[in-house]
Amino acid sequence: MAMPPPTAAASPSRTAAKTTLEPWRDPQAKPYVRVEKVTKKFGDFTAVDDVSLSIYRGEFFSLLGGSGSGKTTLLRMLAGFEQPTEGRIFIDGVDMSGVPPYERPVNMMFQSYALFPHMTVEGNIAFGLHQDKVPKAEIQDRVREVLELVQLAQFGKRKPHQLSGGQRQRVALARALVKRPKILLLDEPLGALDKKLREQTQFELVNIQEKVGITFVIVTHDQEEAMTMSSRIAVMNRGYIAQVGTPTEIYEYPNNRFVAEFIGSVNTFSGRVIESAQDHSLVRSEEAGCDLYISHPSHIATGTPCWVAVRPEKVTISKDQPMGGEPGRNQTQGVVKEIAYLGDVSIYDVELDSGKRVRVTAPNVTRRTEMPITWEDRVHLSWRPFAGSVLTE
Amino acid sequence: MAAISNPVPGGSRNSAGLVPPEPVEPVTSGQAPGGAGAAEPGPRGSGLGLLSRFRPGRGVVMAIPYGWLLLFFLIPFLIVLKISLSEAQLAIPPFTPLTETLAEEGRTVITLFWDNYRRLTGDDLYIIAYLNSLWIAFVSTIFCLLIGYPVAYAIAKADPRWRAPLLMLIILPFWTSFLIRVYAWIGILSDTGLLNNFLMMLGIIDSPLRILYTPTATYIGITYSYLPFMILPLYATLEKMDNTLLEAAADLGCPPWKAFLTITLPLSIPGMLAGSLLVFIPATGEFVIPELLGGPDTLMIGRVLWSEFFNNRDWPVASAVAIALLLFLVVPIMLFQNVQGRQQEAGRG
Repeated sequence: MAMPPPTAAASPSRTAAKTTLEPWRDPQAKPYVRVEKVTKKFGDFTAVDDVSLSIYRGEFFSLLGGSGSGKTTLLRMLAGFEQPTEGRIFIDGVDMSGVPPYERPVNMMFQSYALFPHMTVEGNIAFGLHQDKVPKAEIQDRVREVLELVQLAQFGKRKPHQLSGGQRQRVALARALVKRPKILLLDEPLGALDKKLREQTQFELVNIQEKVGITFVIVTHDQEEAMTMSSRIAVMNRGYIAQVGTPTEIYEYPNNRFVAEFIGSVNTFSGRVIESAQDHSLVRSEEAGCDLYISHPSHIATGTPCWVAVRPEKVTISKDQPMGGEPGRNQTQGVVKEIAYLGDVSIYDVELDSGKRVRVTAPNVTRRTEMPITWEDRVHLSWRPFAGSVLTE
Repeated sequence: MAAISNPVPGGSRNSAGLVPPEPVEPVTSGQAPGGAGAAEPGPRGSGLGLLSRFRPGRGVVMAIPYGWLLLFFLIPFLIVLKISLSEAQLAIPPFTPLTETLAEEGRTVITLFWDNYRRLTGDDLYIIAYLNSLWIAFVSTIFCLLIGYPVAYAIAKADPRWRAPLLMLIILPFWTSFLIRVYAWIGILSDTGLLNNFLMMLGIIDSPLRILYTPTATYIGITYSYLPFMILPLYATLEKMDNTLLEAAADLGCPPWKAFLTITLPLSIPGMLAGSLLVFIPATGEFVIPELLGGPDTLMIGRVLWSEFFNNRDWPVASAVAIALLLFLVVPIMLFQNVQGRQQEAGRG
């Protein structure tokens, strides 16, 4: 799987916003949503296992995980469709225990959109406002406003079944947005769209979120989607949270094997910590066939077994001995077994002397009339000290 | 499918060429399994790929229901129509033939006798009986709807494990004869029946209520007998309704009782209409229930039909009554079809 570098995928407009908006780094900041030691059991099955989370105002927060990871259950607990078995959820400081969904200051965009088939687009959007007894004139204004926001101004009189999938998705978004909730919950909002439309809609969602300033909590199984849109991501696995962090942190500094392997593709080498210092760690790995020098501390005691993750795009492949570096550190050799030419990049599958297969992606900088590296070539693999990260189980 | 239809146009393209390659033919017929082999000569002869879709088997399958309708609906209908246009006479059969061969002129004359229909509009009895039937069927349908909706809703909302047994209970009465079940109501509703005994035992009433042989008993009988026809389509509609719609309503600030009125109820209208027509149409022509439970004043068209046939032995008038009843009911049936069509369309959307 070729994974585009996440920093490039995130829209440039967000990076500017992020420098001013990183409330999770500020110990004084008050979280807008607080999930406190929440556990949800269905019979014997624990869907959500002792989860604690803080989400801040204006965030675009993703719950990322595979099926059965508990991400949807957690979202449904925020919406009020499920009550936690243990623990509490606070929204804007108010304890949500026992508060029914229709009294919560949140709105949800459903994966199936759940548009009311017997109402027009306008009827669907106005539904929530009617519940709040908003005056008629104001309802009209707000419906028109939100329809313009999602670029569906001329579709107000249609019924949902007269719309395309993408249009329905926007109606669902508009219906959830029009009530100006404190938090907008989105359950796989792009799941039903085709790939092209999905990519385009990702950016639209981000733009809309910045325009309206509502806190978004989104559930997705698509890591690319989460990386593109989110301010922060919580990676979930079997009901617990494996790691919370910005897309960059999650990708560059995964702190366990699950996160490293779930996000993008990765080479993991098993080994043992032989040096653990303030500014670096050194891991000896039989599998890698060399020592692995990592330029950040691991906080793992010397002698502990661990894994080191190195992303395929951070490995340099060459036929000659790489220049510089220390021989035997972050340098190893192997034989090319597979090559996949993807146009922009090529993926090499290299078998090390230990038998370990390593994946390397290299950009095709020049037009390739001849293959510089081909099958069964003996190649050198190397990477820089900052490329690796030390993982625990 | 593709494996069969593809080689055929390919083969015909070959034969259109200058040298038809011989070995192609056995290969294509070898690929075609036995049954479809019969369809092959047609398309190959015409050389059109589209025609290769023709299957004689398909025609047979389509012909079965049409043949059934022809044999057991259209032909009997035409016979009744014919009788309704003839004149009653004391003979066997008790009506005149429509056609008459005049021996001296050597030609056949058809005489249509419209008086039977004129009698229907001329005599109040028939018009009152029709209107009464429609009214009784209408009221019973409303009762079925009022009782059936909560039942269907409860089953649809029940734990999935319980739905099948509960539906079974709804269908269970069909295992007993319809006639016996209607007779049983005589035992319940009569002056010394279960209901009156029970009410008097409790001291709620002093003298028995007169229910049997009144229109009330007819309403009870029809509502009871046709209730499953209301519950089943309603259940089907309510059960397949998307539960996330109700979640969406709740999420948008709508409390459950209001969500029922604004979401569930409007979306179950197709089921309500289907159930209502399934009750209304047969109830209009009902004969057994008003005959057994209703009094002499419970005039329904089914009873009029019966007495024309068996008491008056006036087959032509009875047939005219039947044809008129059919026309009365064709309108609701077409309505029903229309609703069904719309329902399917909405389901696709």
